[in-house]
Amino acid sequence: MARVKTYVRPMRGWWRRNPYYVRYMIREASSVFLAIYTVILLVGLFRLTQGEAAWDAWRAALANPGSIVFHWLALLTVGYHAYTWWKVAPKTAPDVRIAGRPLPELVITAGGLLATLGTSALVYVIVRWM
Amino acid sequence: MKRSNEPIFWSLFGAGGMLSALVAPILIFITGIIAPIGLWMPEQALAYSRVLGFAQHWLGKLLLLAVISLFLFHAVHRIYHGLHDIGVHAGTGAMVAAYGSALLGTLIAAYLLISVGF
Repeated sequence: MARVKTYVRPMRGWWRRNPYYVRYMIREASSVFLAIYTVILLVGLFRLTQGEAAWDAWRAALANPGSIVFHWLALLTVGYHAYTWWKVAPKTAPDVRIAGRPLPELVITAGGLLATLGTSALVYVIVRWM
Repeated sequence: MKRSNEPIFWSLFGAGGMLSALVAPILIFITGIIAPIGLWMPEQALAYSRVLGFAQHWLGKLLLLAVISLFLFHAVHRIYHGLHDIGVHAGTGAMVAAYGSALLGTLIAAYLLISVGF
């Protein structure tokens, strides 16, 4: 049967037409970087089970300039994900009310960002000194 | 009506999104940037004996499994739903591949955390 040629609106490059969609795509792209980073961690865990030489080889591979560039890109995009996560938190969080009034959106977002900063400082202290 | 499986994957996506919003930037910064270039992080911080001790402790195992598993479930959920945005209209196969790979990563991590010893 012959296919009916109906007009299909071209969607190629749709997200480049509006800065809001560009930010949306950057946020979604962070998941690709996060997935690759997690696989790198998983490989590290595998190398750890193989012994000290394998572990040191994994660490040496991470010092490769290409790896450093990848991790900077991952840090920027996943950092942006973290920001957007707290930015939408007022809409996704349970409805907390104090004296009958909902928490101001700014308080929820700022609280989340502070939680990320606090957790980051804690992880840094543990990795470095404990 | 058939019950939707979406709440399960949405919960894992949400848990991974929360955990990654809290710790992913600092983990990437430490393991991928400052430790390899030796800035603000001494060489012995990620020494074999130290990381091995962490992976052999029950709390270390729990944290490593949570990070790897939830990061993966978060990421594949976004990638799977993002396919539509780039013009790929994925079906059930892509869905199985996406969540299946996150499940596989979780099982591999669990296996490695057992084989690394206690």
